[in-house]
Amino acid sequence: MSKRTFSIGGVHPHDNKISRECRIEPLPLAPTVYISVAQHIGAPSVPVVAVGDKVKVGQVIAEPGGFVGAFIHSSVSGTVKSIAPRADLAGRPATHIEIAVEGDEWADGIDTSDTLVTAIPEDAKAIVDKIRLGGVVGLGGATFPTHVKLSPPPGSKCERVIINGCECEPYLTSDFRTLLEKGEQVVVGAALLKKAMGDVPCTIAIEENKPEAIAHIQEVIAKLGYSGIEVMEMKMMYPQGGEKQLIDAVMHRQVGSGALPISVGAVVQNVATALAVYDAVQKNKPIVDNSVTVTGECFPRQANLLVRVGTPLRYIIDYLGGVPEEAAKVISGGPMMGRAVANLDAATVKGTGALLFLTEKQTRRAPESNCIRCGRCADACPMGLEPFLLNKLARAKDWDAMEQNAAQDCIECGCCLYSCPAHIPLLDNIRIGKGAVMGNIRARAAAAKAAAEAAKAAETEKK
Amino acid sequence: MIKIIIWTVAVITVLGLLLALVLYLVAKKFKVEEDPRIDEVEKVMPGANCGGCGFAGCRAFAESAVKASNLDKNFCPVGGNEVMAKVAAILGYEVQAKAPQVAVVRCNGTCEARPKVNEFDGYASCAVKSLLYTGDTACSYGCLGCGDCVSACQFGALSMNPETGLPVVDQSKCTACGACVKACPRHIIEIRPQGPRGMREFVSCVNKDKGPVAKKACANACIGCGICAKTCTHDAITVEGNIAYIDPSKCKLCRECEAMCPTGAIHGVNFPKPLDKDAVKERIKIRQQKAKEAAAGDAASANNKADATAASPATAKKKVDTPVESPAAAKAKEDKKDE
Repeated sequence: MSKRTFSIGGVHPHDNKISRECRIEPLPLAPTVYISVAQHIGAPSVPVVAVGDKVKVGQVIAEPGGFVGAFIHSSVSGTVKSIAPRADLAGRPATHIEIAVEGDEWADGIDTSDTLVTAIPEDAKAIVDKIRLGGVVGLGGATFPTHVKLSPPPGSKCERVIINGCECEPYLTSDFRTLLEKGEQVVVGAALLKKAMGDVPCTIAIEENKPEAIAHIQEVIAKLGYSGIEVMEMKMMYPQGGEKQLIDAVMHRQVGSGALPISVGAVVQNVATALAVYDAVQKNKPIVDNSVTVTGECFPRQANLLVRVGTPLRYIIDYLGGVPEEAAKVISGGPMMGRAVANLDAATVKGTGALLFLTEKQTRRAPESNCIRCGRCADACPMGLEPFLLNKLARAKDWDAMEQNAAQDCIECGCCLYSCPAHIPLLDNIRIGKGAVMGNIRARAAAAKAAAEAAKAAETEKK
Repeated sequence: MIKIIIWTVAVITVLGLLLALVLYLVAKKFKVEEDPRIDEVEKVMPGANCGGCGFAGCRAFAESAVKASNLDKNFCPVGGNEVMAKVAAILGYEVQAKAPQVAVVRCNGTCEARPKVNEFDGYASCAVKSLLYTGDTACSYGCLGCGDCVSACQFGALSMNPETGLPVVDQSKCTACGACVKACPRHIIEIRPQGPRGMREFVSCVNKDKGPVAKKACANACIGCGICAKTCTHDAITVEGNIAYIDPSKCKLCRECEAMCPTGAIHGVNFPKPLDKDAVKERIKIRQQKAKEAAAGDAASANNKADATAASPATAKKKVDTPVESPAAAKAKEDKKDE
């Protein structure tokens, strides 16, 4: 059988996985950590500790601020020094809980041993609840609270759980190392997710550039003897790790515009999320650390580090020998979708997957020239959009036309920008338009909701 | 041969006449009645179609003006009072002259005052930059310096000053259409009255951070200390959210706030003479001392409080009488002393 991939668009950047041989090593504890209360999609969490409190590793320090929200746990043991706004990666102020580290004492009830727990609990609800209490969010980058994803709206049914091990972004290797070193835990995590969704089949999708991981996971599945979990070898293609692209690749189903994956019966979770699910359910261990790839051609010491949440970036970089002189840019995430770090004093969050160092030559943008209507951007767009048109509309600030042309479906993967021979800043402009369109859509939804409520109130008054 | 030509000419002539008749009848039958004043109004408009009035263009403005029963909602910032007087004459409405306005850049974070903390090498657009992060300086409120306002201006009134990295408004070209206000993602630019002979005072900062944070990010930032509000005797300054704001309708251009501002965030432009800070400070000191003495005297003579409060605005008013020339007058006095 030929290897699968998604049906529209995509590009082939060089995968540059230069840190693939580096084992995941734990980073020594930083003297102080800064844990953000807004490290997931949804309402920021509400701190439940006060300045001066002693906390242990894994203790809840902030509770969800709404249904779409997540618990946040202390990643270290020590004393809460302050709860104050601090600049995040982009320099924007967000409330951070500052904890001075003292020792490494774990909260009660957390199993810190290495023994593999393979028995799957019978109650699906209990699994989801433990995931919620463990503060698990999607670690593929979007940081959407996992328990919300696992609670499909009434009327929709999950038919397949997909574990995303594509890691299609160049340079990143943390998921690959996780698959190799913690394959057992990931597979048990997959089994737990499968159980939580009602014993549906489960696919672990891994791209063909990781043959060791594919062989290892197949071995583990055979050893552990779970049924209904299979490994699927995927063709290399960026952005295969995108949720909608992966569903298309694995199930040959397309998620409609504005719809959720559950509408086609799919739930996608990242490899790192599966590991976090295992930790939360089987070990009572919430997310306190995650693996971060530190890499780049100009960076002398490649590494995959197990980093406690809230560790300052500067501490990580200094541990590995400091910022190399020729580095012009530090990127949080991969080169395609990652964002340049404006503030090295910022701390890691649950979703921080990589720190990438790029040189001046690698980051330089060629001067923009005119669109020659070659259509490469439209060919490359994995969402089937027309970036050249959206770019034009965004420059004209025609938000209505942008909405008609589905700018809101853009996943900001950067394929258009990557493929444009005229070096037009397509994504930059589309992103502006997408923001405006999303604002319009939200405003309309809010207005419709208000109108419906007013009508309801009027009706009840009549009665 | 001649026959063919004649026939052709004849047929085409007859056909042309017939079609002309059809066109004439159709035009008569489906004629759209339009107020002829719309065309007249459009003729006197500047024709920039900039949208500064809030309508889609000059014709849309004219249509709306003709339909409306007064000109309260229609004002052409580009044409100003001159054009509005013409429009009012055509339509027979009354129009109130509006004070001429101008765009004011409320950021004074020059390259020296606001050092860069990182380098932005992406697409040079303020909108893109503000979407990605807080900018290449530590100030998350100030000018991003990519010139979206400059490209938004249809009248060539804005330009970037390469030395300060900030946009500069050419008052003679600015029509106060507000395009730059809309283009600025940081909402730095404000449309303010031009002021008498172009003289105006404004706070050239929008940083809402607390004093020490703002000061650390930019030496010229407004730190919200409130000294200006305390100094102002005209109640024109309010400090809200760590930022001072001067109400142009109340400001009497005495420049006392400007002299007292510890960071130089308050700017006065187009004044005939440069501000003599020491003289103004001295004047304020004497006044405050007098007020204190008066208050003490009042307390000593055991007058009730109502009298004391009634007295203070009176003393304040006294100072109002000589607003603009006062720095000059103070200087003159000093000169005399020297002699």
